[in-house]
Amino acid sequence: MPRQRHRPKLAVWKFASCDGCQLTLLDCEDELLLMSELFEIAYFLEASSAVVRGPYDLSLVEGSITTPEEVERIHAIRRQSRILVAMGACATAGGIQAVRNFADVEDMKRVVYASPEYVRTLEHSLPASAYVPVDFELPGCPPSKAQVLEFLTAFLQGRRPSIPTHSVCIDCKRQGVVCVMVAEGIPCLGPVTRTGCDALCPRYRRGCYGCFGPMESPNTESLSAWFLVRSGLAPQQLVPLYRSFNAAAPAFVEASQRSADPIGVQQATESPWTQAVNERESANGEP
Amino acid sequence: MPEAVVVEASQLANLLAALQARKYRVIGPTVRDGAIIYDDLTTVSDLPVGWTDEQEAGEYRLRRRDDGAYFGYAVGPYAWKRFLHPSPFTLWRARRTPDGVIVELTDAEPSRFAFLGVRPCDLAAIGILDRVLRDGPYVDPSYRDRRDHVFIVTVQCANFSPSTCFCVSMGTGPRAENGFDLALTELLDPGSHRFLVEIGSERGAEILRELAHRPASASDWETATRLVHKTAARMGRQLEVRGLPEALLANLEHHRWDHVAARCLTCGNCTMVCPTCFCFSVEDRSDLTGSVIERVRTADVCFTTAFTYTAGKSLRQSARSRYRQWLTHKLATWVTQFGTFGCVGCGRCITWCPVGIDITEEAAAISGLTRKDERP
Repeated sequence: MPRQRHRPKLAVWKFASCDGCQLTLLDCEDELLLMSELFEIAYFLEASSAVVRGPYDLSLVEGSITTPEEVERIHAIRRQSRILVAMGACATAGGIQAVRNFADVEDMKRVVYASPEYVRTLEHSLPASAYVPVDFELPGCPPSKAQVLEFLTAFLQGRRPSIPTHSVCIDCKRQGVVCVMVAEGIPCLGPVTRTGCDALCPRYRRGCYGCFGPMESPNTESLSAWFLVRSGLAPQQLVPLYRSFNAAAPAFVEASQRSADPIGVQQATESPWTQAVNERESANGEP
Repeated sequence: MPEAVVVEASQLANLLAALQARKYRVIGPTVRDGAIIYDDLTTVSDLPVGWTDEQEAGEYRLRRRDDGAYFGYAVGPYAWKRFLHPSPFTLWRARRTPDGVIVELTDAEPSRFAFLGVRPCDLAAIGILDRVLRDGPYVDPSYRDRRDHVFIVTVQCANFSPSTCFCVSMGTGPRAENGFDLALTELLDPGSHRFLVEIGSERGAEILRELAHRPASASDWETATRLVHKTAARMGRQLEVRGLPEALLANLEHHRWDHVAARCLTCGNCTMVCPTCFCFSVEDRSDLTGSVIERVRTADVCFTTAFTYTAGKSLRQSARSRYRQWLTHKLATWVTQFGTFGCVGCGRCITWCPVGIDITEEAAAISGLTRKDERP
């Protein structure tokens, strides 16, 4: 390989999160030693308590921004980082803790904590990009090891990372998985969810939970209409479907609000899709 | 009538054995995860005996049948391109060594396949892929090397309900006249389970000599013909193809494109299940140190933004433009490009669209053409 002029300094930061994204990095077992040769691992508390001061060539940020202190910290990290990458569903789409965005956070604090007066938190759980410019996002809960390695490889080689943004469906089909929605009627978020997991759930005959967040052009309106008419889900069942790991991703926010709001549901049942299904079913008459 | 014989259903095991003895990797229908798919067969018990399928737009269900039929169903989600044009497919690999860069070809000896249970529509689809990938000016060597060796056992369409099929409209079925080595028609009379076998090649005739057989009688032919006619008469879908390319291209701004775009998920399922969609993308992959590089070909899909990404921007931003590209390519511009339709009427895109978009319905609405097939 070409000789590195210097080993890039890598920092890994944690915000409101479960640490699963950092574990994805540690899970790169075969590549871990090599990574520690190619990068100067300057700040990665989950792996080592040895800390090297900034600035950093590459910062990987895990977790969502949920407190005033975290707002200050993400700005400080941005100032010290040449490239800042948001890693995982929390850092890219608010994480599951973003369900608070749809409720009164004071009410929630009283339910969860014995002494809520000690909890200083923001009203919303938001991705890093809500506060600072983010150079690249690696989605997923947790992110894909393959995508993380592809990003790091591309970074080292100075090329564009090849990380697709299409639907999970394409992965299912590439792998020869039989569609759980079509063949078993299981509601599946795959058609509106971004690739990255290698179609993990459908491979085990489960519907997609949307861990990688919205794909590049998600048509949640059409998919929701199908769930209501053909999978027999009630509108209130659609809300938690979209409000999970990527609750604050704009396309899923819109989808969940549409389902939570009776007018939105009315619009869905009057959509061209629903009308076409009803027309066809009344025209066919027979099975 | 082509040369034909009759074999008992029990001879299917001998057919499989004869193919295996010639070192073919035999691929055929088998039940997996709630559907009939094509995969490696080792014994006849791998075949979906006693199974059928029920298909509708956006819906597929496996059902039991009690007549012991081997081939009593339409097509499943995966077409034969999976084997002829695999994805992902590593084209070559290069390693950096102390002695310099070493390039290895990774497809030195592709499998010799025997396809058992190729439906006439899928046979037509292979013919279309041949035109594009083998017989045209730009030959894909990996396709050619697989295709040239394939032994094809067609099964004429009988004994099932073709609900999302429209091969009659496309002129590709339910009976294949040629292009196969052997073609079976399954005859399920009370007390007599047998196959009418048509011989399509010298290789086919050679295999057949290893099976106990008798000449086909007029009544065998009569039964086979009646069964296939029955399938033709029960086509679940129709499409008027006369004047279709011109009518579609004259309606590129039809409001129906907006209507279907509102439903389209741009998920790409239709192209992935289509037996003729062949688009691919090629990318280079490298390890962390850049000492091993692979060039990999993967199936590409005109419903993704990456498909038309060029000079910093994707050219087809809207679902409308992507669906229109796909449908007009299948049913209009393919004709100009390759001399045939890019659609064989297998109905996979209708069944496997997660929200049940029906290409025949959309094409009829946009072109303004309708058709009622003449019953044979």
